Amino acid sequence: MAPDFSSVTLTDVTRTFGRRRALHRVSLHIRAGELVAIVGPNGAGKSTLLAVLSTLLQPTSGDIRYDGLSSATAGPALRARIGLLGHDLYLYPELSPAENLRFFAGLYRLDNVHERIAAALERADLADRRDDAVAGFSRGMRQRLALERALLHDPRLVLLDEPFTGLDDASARALRDRLAGLRAGGCLVVVITHDLDTVDGLADRALMLQKGRLMELLECQGSLRERYRAALADAPPPAAGRL
Amino acid sequence: MNFVQTVWLVVRKDVLVEARSREIVYTTLFFAVACVLVFAFGFVNEGRPVTDAAPGILWIAIAFSGTLALGRAFERERQNETLRALMIAPVDRPALYVGKLAGILLLLTVVEVIVVPLVALLFHAPLFSRPALLAALLAAGTTGFAAVGTLFAAMLVRARSRDVLLPVLLYPITIPVIIAGVRGTAALLQADVDVPMARAWLSMLVLFDVVFVTLALWTFEPLMTE
Repeated sequence: MAPDFSSVTLTDVTRTFGRRRALHRVSLHIRAGELVAIVGPNGAGKSTLLAVLSTLLQPTSGDIRYDGLSSATAGPALRARIGLLGHDLYLYPELSPAENLRFFAGLYRLDNVHERIAAALERADLADRRDDAVAGFSRGMRQRLALERALLHDPRLVLLDEPFTGLDDASARALRDRLAGLRAGGCLVVVITHDLDTVDGLADRALMLQKGRLMELLECQGSLRERYRAALADAPPPAAGRL
Repeated sequence: MNFVQTVWLVVRKDVLVEARSREIVYTTLFFAVACVLVFAFGFVNEGRPVTDAAPGILWIAIAFSGTLALGRAFERERQNETLRALMIAPVDRPALYVGKLAGILLLLTVVEVIVVPLVALLFHAPLFSRPALLAALLAAGTTGFAAVGTLFAAMLVRARSRDVLLPVLLYPITIPVIIAGVRGTAALLQADVDVPMARAWLSMLVLFDVVFVTLALWTFEPLMTE
């Protein structure tokens, strides 16, 4: 039975790659029904943080707990409750949308596969292209499909890396509504984005990663973009990211 | 999730992807046939082939084309980062390894179906005198080679020099498999077929398979955890 955790807690998580330190003593607590936006400049460690949260990467030091569970012991059962949309879309371009979703539905051993896929394609506005190869799709169409792939198994922890990339206005609005719905449904949602205006007002909290260090954007006043710029100006010097 | 179900899903997906693109099967087949033809130009003089060349050429063609197939099969998973999607799925990770291995084995079986008759024809080699024994040698040898190759190709998927590193790591470790395959096949090509010798080499190949597959299943998850 898959565990249904209600919080994720990172304690002093550090992750290094050789001499480069991607995350430095990151501590974070995310509760059910909370949408957290993570912002920061390129190379700040945002995607590494997402990979650590998704159990794809093990921290070099520190601890991650999904309620009382750790990724080392819970393994597949824990992964069944995590949905990840990476910067790369994790889709097979030679396959059709329906075939991609069917493959992942099989891996997650989902029931009502036919209905789930039909609903997912409807939401992605790809029902009429269900049998075309994904290779012929635009970035926005792939992005919508990849989002449905990540959410197909109704995950508890939803991790999205730049989910607004390539989306037109209508699709971006639909995604905002979807994220709000996930939050209302008790999911733990983490969104990495550079699109500050889009997540402003949607996220419960905004966190900034700078050279692997995490800070809350609470102290600054004004819009998320203004707070982000102010925090960036006060950030520590570049040497902080090296061991 | 059931181990066998996961293996089946991965194999079916790989076959479907390959059926659509036909990229690996065409390049691998072309390479294997070209390899055999080049050797035929070198080792066949006025219609008479050099004695005992056929087994070595057959296994070299299988090993080289197998390396090509291994590299491409994992390059495909790397390009779209689908390997990450597989790794985050709630399945036993060794089942993913077995699924990828089975896909490679299917592909190499197609190559062997074409290459074995070609070698028999060009080198006047009576490869089909003991078809069951030949099939067993090919199956066991290919499994041993692909078992190590699949593990290494998966490990190297994020390495910058993966195309160079794969053969450099793979061939030294699979040399015993290739030697056993060559010697076992050579035993079948003698004027008086040496069945006990072929069976002895086959037993050795099966032993290699058990060792390599067991080690790969044991090490796949820790090696693939980033």
